[in-house]
Amino acid sequence: MIRVESLQVHLGEFHLRDIRLTIPPNGFFVLMGPTGAGKTVLLEAIAGLIPVAGGTVHINGKDVTAATPEKRGVGIMYQDYALFPHLTVRQNAFFGVRYHGVDRRTSSERFKRLTEELNIGHLLARFPGTLSGGELQRVALARALMVEPAVILLDEPLSALDPVFREEIRLLLKNLHNATNTTFFMVTHDFAEALSLATQAAIINNGVIEQTGCILDIFQRPCSAFVADFVGMKNIFPAEFNGSLSRVGDITLQLPRPPLNAPRFIAIRPEDIIISNVPPEPALPNVFRGAVTAVIDQGFSYEIQLELKKMTFRAMIPKGGLIGLGLEMGKPVHFHLREEAIHTF
Amino acid sequence: MSRKEPLFWISLSCGAVVLAFIIMPLFEMLTAPSPEMLRETLEDRNVVRSIWLSIYTAGSAAGISFLLGTPLAYLLARRNFRGKRLVESIIDLPIVIPHPVVGIAILSVAGRNHWFGQILSELGIRVMGSVTGIIVVLTFVGMPFYINAVKDGFEGISPRLENVARSLGASLGGAFFRITFPLAWRSMLVGLIMCCARAISEFGAVVIVAYHPMIAPVMIYERFEGYGLKYSQPVAVWLILVCLALFLVLRILALPRKKEV
Repeated sequence: MIRVESLQVHLGEFHLRDIRLTIPPNGFFVLMGPTGAGKTVLLEAIAGLIPVAGGTVHINGKDVTAATPEKRGVGIMYQDYALFPHLTVRQNAFFGVRYHGVDRRTSSERFKRLTEELNIGHLLARFPGTLSGGELQRVALARALMVEPAVILLDEPLSALDPVFREEIRLLLKNLHNATNTTFFMVTHDFAEALSLATQAAIINNGVIEQTGCILDIFQRPCSAFVADFVGMKNIFPAEFNGSLSRVGDITLQLPRPPLNAPRFIAIRPEDIIISNVPPEPALPNVFRGAVTAVIDQGFSYEIQLELKKMTFRAMIPKGGLIGLGLEMGKPVHFHLREEAIHTF
Repeated sequence: MSRKEPLFWISLSCGAVVLAFIIMPLFEMLTAPSPEMLRETLEDRNVVRSIWLSIYTAGSAAGISFLLGTPLAYLLARRNFRGKRLVESIIDLPIVIPHPVVGIAILSVAGRNHWFGQILSELGIRVMGSVTGIIVVLTFVGMPFYINAVKDGFEGISPRLENVARSLGASLGGAFFRITFPLAWRSMLVGLIMCCARAISEFGAVVIVAYHPMIAPVMIYERFEGYGLKYSQPVAVWLILVCLALFLVLRILALPRKKEV
C-alpha cells in the first residue's frame, strides 16, 4: 500500500505540488501524463531518491518520508532498465539479495521460479550489453522481484519495446502482479496499456495531480479540459447550461439529465459521434447536419472533421466506414451526438 | 573526404608537419647516444636513483590524487550546488599557473614564515629540499588532471544505476563500491596515467621547492648546464624509455574488455 499526502518537491524550476495518492495493498496503479509532467520525479520521490520539501510518504502503513531508499522496501525499474552492465544476468538478479537477509535456499527457489516465469534461464551467463529490449525488460523485472519489495515502481516499462514484445511484457506484468503481494505503480503514456493493466489511475500535469480514481471514471468522466484532451476526448467546447439543455456556440444540445456542480465545458469522444447520410429514424435529439472538412488517415481508422456553424467536431470511423458512407471533402452528412456520451465538467 | 578535395591534401600536409614536429626531436635524441653510453649511464647509481625518485614521487602524487580526488570528483559529477563552477575553476588553476610560480606559492605556505609552515615544522615535516616537498609539488600540478578525468568518467555512468542499487537495498557506499567504482575504474586509471605523466615531467616548480634530492628532469637539466647536451641525452633517453614502458602497461589495462560492450 502507498499513501502520499501533500507531497512537495522542488527541483530547480520544476515543482511537484500537493500530491495526494492512495494505492491499496497489492493494487495496480497507473500514473499518466505528458512528457515533463513530473511522473519520474514522483516515482523517485516515493523511492526516496530525491529530497522532498514537504508532505509524507507511507509504505504499508509506515511513514518512510525520512527513510533512505534502501530502507523503504520500494523497487524501481526505469524505462532504460538500468541493468548493471558489468554484471551478468545472474549477478544482476542476485544483486539485492544480500541486503534482505534471505537465506540461500529461499533465494535459490525464488530465483528458479522467476527465471521460469520470466523465461530468462538461457540468459544467465550473459551480460546486459548482449540482450534485446524484451530480454533486458525481463531481467530487470527479475532483479526487482528477487527482493520481494512491498512496492515496485515501473517507469514506462513498455515504451521502448516493439509491439510484439510490448504485448508479451504487458501480459507478463499482469501475471506477476497476480502472483505476488507487491503493489505495482506504473508510469505510462499509453491509455490502452493503462486500461488493460490497472484499476486505479491518476493524471499528472505540470507537477499537479489533475484527477485520480477509478481508471474507467477518468476515461469516461474527466474533470478538466486537460484530462478530457489527454484521454482522447477531442471534442471539448465551452458551454452554458440551462437544466438539461446545453448551449454550445450556436447549437443546443440535449443532455440526459441536468448536470451537477455548475460545469463550464462539454466533451464528447470522437468514437461517440455517429455519422450517417440520412437522418436517423425515428427522430433523435442532437442530430445535426454539417459538412466534411477533413478526412485524416489514422492507420486503423479515419478521423473525420465536420463543420457546423463555425464549430469543428471530430468523429472517428473505421477504415471500411469511409467507403460505405462515401465520405469526401465538402460532402454534407448527418451526425448524431448521443446524449449519454456527452460529458460535462 | 575524397582525395580530389583540396582540403584532403591540406589536412594531410598539416598532419605530416605535426608528426614530424613531434617525432624528429625525439627520434634524434633517442638515437644520439651510443649503446655504450646508454649502458654506462645505467650503471651510474645517481641516474638510477633520480629516475626511481621521479617514478616514486609521481606515483605517490597519483596515489594521493586518487585518495583525495576520487570523492571530490564523485561529488562534482553527482551534485549541483552553489559555487560548483568556482570549485571547478579552482581545481583547474594549477594547470594554468606558470610552473615556477607553483613552487614559489607552495614555499610561501610551507615556509617557516607562514603559520602553516610552522605547524609542519613542529610536526617534523620538511617540505623545502625533501622528497615530501617534491610529492607536494607533483600532487599540486597533477591532481587536476586526475580529478577532471575521473569526474568525466563518473558523469558517464547513469545515476539511475545507483538509484536501482539503492532501491535493491544497497547503501550509498554500497552502490558506489559495487556499481560506480567498478564501472569507473578505467577512467580512474586514465586519470592516474595523466596525473603521473604530468607529474613526471614537472621541472619548474620542483627546482624551486626541492633541487635536491634530484629527480630525473632536474638531473637532466643539471647535466645539460654543467656538461652539455651529449651528457644529458642518455639520462633523458632512459627516463623516456622507462616512462613509455610504464604508461604502455597502464594503457593496455585501461582498454575496455569485449564482453561488457
